[in-house]
Amino acid sequence: MSTILQNLSNDLAGIVKSAEPSLVRVEARRRLPATGMVWSADGVIVTAHHVVEREDNLKIGLADGQTVSATLVGRDPTTDLAVLRSEAKDLTPPAWAAFDAQGPQVGHLVLALGRPGQSAQATLGIISALGDQWRTPGGSQLDHYVQTDVVMYPGFSGGPLVNAAGEIIGLNTSALLRGISLTIPNPNIRQVVETLLAHGQIKRGYLGISTQPVRLPEALRQQLNQETGLLLAGVEPGSPAEKGGLLLGDTIVAVENEPIRQHDDLLAALSGDRVGQTVSIQVVRGGQLQNLAVTVGERS
Amino acid sequence: MSNLLQQLNGELSAVVDTARRSLVKVGNGRNGAGAGVVWQPGGIILTNAHVVRQGSISVTLPDEQKYPAKILAYDEARDLAALSIEAPGLEPLAVGDSAALQPGELVLALGHPWGVAGAVSAGPVIDVGPAPEMARPDRIFIQAGLQLRPGHSGGPLVDVQGRLVGINTMITGPEVGLAIPITVVKEFLIKVN
Repeated sequence: MSTILQNLSNDLAGIVKSAEPSLVRVEARRRLPATGMVWSADGVIVTAHHVVEREDNLKIGLADGQTVSATLVGRDPTTDLAVLRSEAKDLTPPAWAAFDAQGPQVGHLVLALGRPGQSAQATLGIISALGDQWRTPGGSQLDHYVQTDVVMYPGFSGGPLVNAAGEIIGLNTSALLRGISLTIPNPNIRQVVETLLAHGQIKRGYLGISTQPVRLPEALRQQLNQETGLLLAGVEPGSPAEKGGLLLGDTIVAVENEPIRQHDDLLAALSGDRVGQTVSIQVVRGGQLQNLAVTVGERS
Repeated sequence: MSNLLQQLNGELSAVVDTARRSLVKVGNGRNGAGAGVVWQPGGIILTNAHVVRQGSISVTLPDEQKYPAKILAYDEARDLAALSIEAPGLEPLAVGDSAALQPGELVLALGHPWGVAGAVSAGPVIDVGPAPEMARPDRIFIQAGLQLRPGHSGGPLVDVQGRLVGINTMITGPEVGLAIPITVVKEFLIKVN
């Protein structure tokens, strides 16, 4: 008689049942709907940014079968998160997992849940990789890197990764790194959701410059082991860049010792946590490398 | 002292051993064939219609004995066929309830992917219902997080107690398997009678 196998299978189905009341359908794009999670009982929903393709006529499908209207509170492409406010009340928020010594481990069995249709759906996998802080391609700093081998079935983006206790580790997205199932860990979801609820947008660093990538001179290419930098084509009067001494014609090659080769590198270096900090910016001026201290402003 | 995972593996092997006794190969006289499952000890084999669409049909039992088969019933729309063979000692699988399957529950698919005899894949039930982005939204499938490949077609999908819940039928995407639920198999068999 298969007792462990039967119990395991029953437990997996039980976990789906226990998390299912917090699992919602997000109708915000033309093709297949995606998934979201109840954030708070008063109707706030968190989902993936990339599945919210339109900003009006948003609909949320609840666990009880009702469909309600929703509005977009805000979105953060750098963490692929979006927050919606639905007209529903008395929703059931999920239990969130802690990232402590008893938290996620590589090898743990986990479920990914989705509700692209009426019913809850589930896939199973293991945690493939866990890491400490990780900067997303869009430049946000995540507290944990969580990679799984779960199959992201169509419409699963924005849905939860659930541990064996039925707690939510984070929100799954297939859009941050192509072809890899990543989970935005719940501490960062909290930060983003609270910021979006308070301000409607995420703090981004601001220098007040316009730039274009340029090829570096041969000697510098070898010295820095990088092909390109960002040429300053404009510096706004009174901007953090001007106050820090950046000049038209400087070529930025590094921020805080991280190489700046193209525009995305600079965006990544100007994440919200850098606002108000003084950073070291390395530029090429008159053929010489020079370091400038610039206090990062906030993009309004 | 064996740990939980080792016990789990032992139980999985036992389920697989039972299910394999009902797993057959279905040939159509050409290269590549499918799988089938014993439905009745009297000699009825279930498989996919697309496995037996053409050719002279044969069934090879787990003991490697090969028998000519007749097509008893054939349903292109449901992609099901019932074959009859005259062979002794056939062992049908216990029949489960596909309508009772819950998302997250584990299921096992048996077949002969790429000709590998008696291979097994395991994964969770994703959903039982119409599959997304399919041409026929009225068709209901067991969608499972496991890999089906050519040669799995017609083979059994079983629950963790080794009961037949579906007939493996096709692939959507790289890692999701579809099976025809046993409820649909029963509709098909009622129509035959």
